[in-house]
Amino acid sequence: MAIAHPFLYEKPGTVKQALQLLAQHGAGARVLAGGTDLVGQLVDGLVRPEIVVDLKGVPDLQEIRMEKDVIHIGALATFTDIMESPLIRKKLPVMAEMTEWVASRGVRNRGTMVGNICSAVPCCDSGPILLVYGGKVLVKSARGQRAVPIAQWFTGPRRTVLAPGELVLGVRVPDPGKHGGAFVKMRRYKGEDLAQASVTALLLAGNQWRIAFGSVAPTPIAGKRVEKLLHGKRLTPALVEEAVALTDQETAPITDIRSTREYRAHMLRVMMRRALEAAASRKAGRGPAYGTELI
Amino acid sequence: MSETTPPQEPSAPRRSIRTTRRDFLRGMGLAAGAATMLPSLSAPADEAEATPDAAPATPGLRETGRGPRKIELRINGQTHSLTVEPRTTLLEALREHLQLTGAKNGCDRGACGACSVLLDGEAVQSCLLLAVEAVGKEVTTIEGIAADSRYARLVDAFCAHDAAQCGFCIPGMVVGSAALLNRNPHPSAADIREGLAGHLCRCATHPKIIAAVQAATGTGGPT
Ligand code: FES
Ligand code: FES
Repeated sequence: MAIAHPFLYEKPGTVKQALQLLAQHGAGARVLAGGTDLVGQLVDGLVRPEIVVDLKGVPDLQEIRMEKDVIHIGALATFTDIMESPLIRKKLPVMAEMTEWVASRGVRNRGTMVGNICSAVPCCDSGPILLVYGGKVLVKSARGQRAVPIAQWFTGPRRTVLAPGELVLGVRVPDPGKHGGAFVKMRRYKGEDLAQASVTALLLAGNQWRIAFGSVAPTPIAGKRVEKLLHGKRLTPALVEEAVALTDQETAPITDIRSTREYRAHMLRVMMRRALEAAASRKAGRGPAYGTELI
Repeated sequence: MSETTPPQEPSAPRRSIRTTRRDFLRGMGLAAGAATMLPSLSAPADEAEATPDAAPATPGLRETGRGPRKIELRINGQTHSLTVEPRTTLLEALREHLQLTGAKNGCDRGACGACSVLLDGEAVQSCLLLAVEAVGKEVTTIEGIAADSRYARLVDAFCAHDAAQCGFCIPGMVVGSAALLNRNPHPSAADIREGLAGHLCRCATHPKIIAAVQAATGTGGPT
């Protein structure tokens, strides 16, 4: 039960020191933020790092702030921080809605959004949210800094474009302006379960739609066909049905311990319908309050 | 040997429970047997002293190396100094180094809530924290909550509602409820369910647990 593999532990006080450690140890280094994924992986022996670099000594990384027209979420901002942030609730209500359903209170108090996209499991709830909001991942290394669009971030289950020696400082989301949206997550029971499938819909000005799915492909994915179908059109019941019919083409659910392929496919259609309808009515100032479960 | 100052026992319990199950087992010599049958992978304190890279006298996090190091943890208002490795989880440090066995190891992966403690007042799963991460933080375990009169109503309500069968989940449930009440003194039944989501009771006493928390807060439910 205990962690069998010994490792070095360092808690640098600056980003520079952290980057030095990461440069020095390369692929042998693992970054520790909330630890809700990493510690479990260490217990299971799935990762055997030479060194664990605890970011929590670096000041300011927990910040959530507005910079001109971009919302910056620091690498150490926990799901609880995000959920309780007045800025996020106002500017990115669908993100706030998502955080309420991540695991349990104890995990939300420790787990971070940046950790969630770095561990990059297919059911990572932050992925679809950042996809619809067009987030970018701010990556720094000894060589410089880059901002990776979230659509290019995930490369497979537990794989991202992050290279050894690189550190994620935060995610940056452009202010979407007035919008409506919905995050619909299917779980086996309420509280503390990973998503069996999720559908996220966002309706921006000019009837532009963004759609994303979680747990139905090796990585979180955007629903390009549905986005194209809906683009610029007013949502009608007939259009909703067309979008629902496209859902099968967008996703590739599998059978696993949490549900069968067929059940996921069926529920994706139900969730798509409800996500679209809720997003449209919320944009119009009606509809269920954010945080109301739609399935 | 123990490096713990003050002594390992938590501050005097509010009620005088004279003999705990653990004391009884200790008396029978069973706990000692169990301890040798379940070797801990992180070296306990006294073995640590013998290893060459044992920590220098000054506690702190600047020490490096994979091996044991001395740290100080604030637990239930007292400072404990102990020797752990970076890989020692907070749960192991509490249970195996400090004999604070109230927090339980149910799953060791953040899924059951049995190991919950308060970290600076917020509930966390101690199995998902390295002990070194708790340096500089205020840790409150079930032992601290049981001894704190501010939580007396909550603890009494768990007893009055007979909320436990085997009791394994109960320390975590009480810690989770305490964190919930600190944030929201008058939670609805739905708030309690949401607040305790992730605390699993294998005996399925959830309804009684929710009733106990409701009774403790005067928010309805049977009394
Ligand atoms: S033992 Fe930590 S959550 Fe189960
Ligand atoms: S009372 Fe047995 S696990 Fe809850």
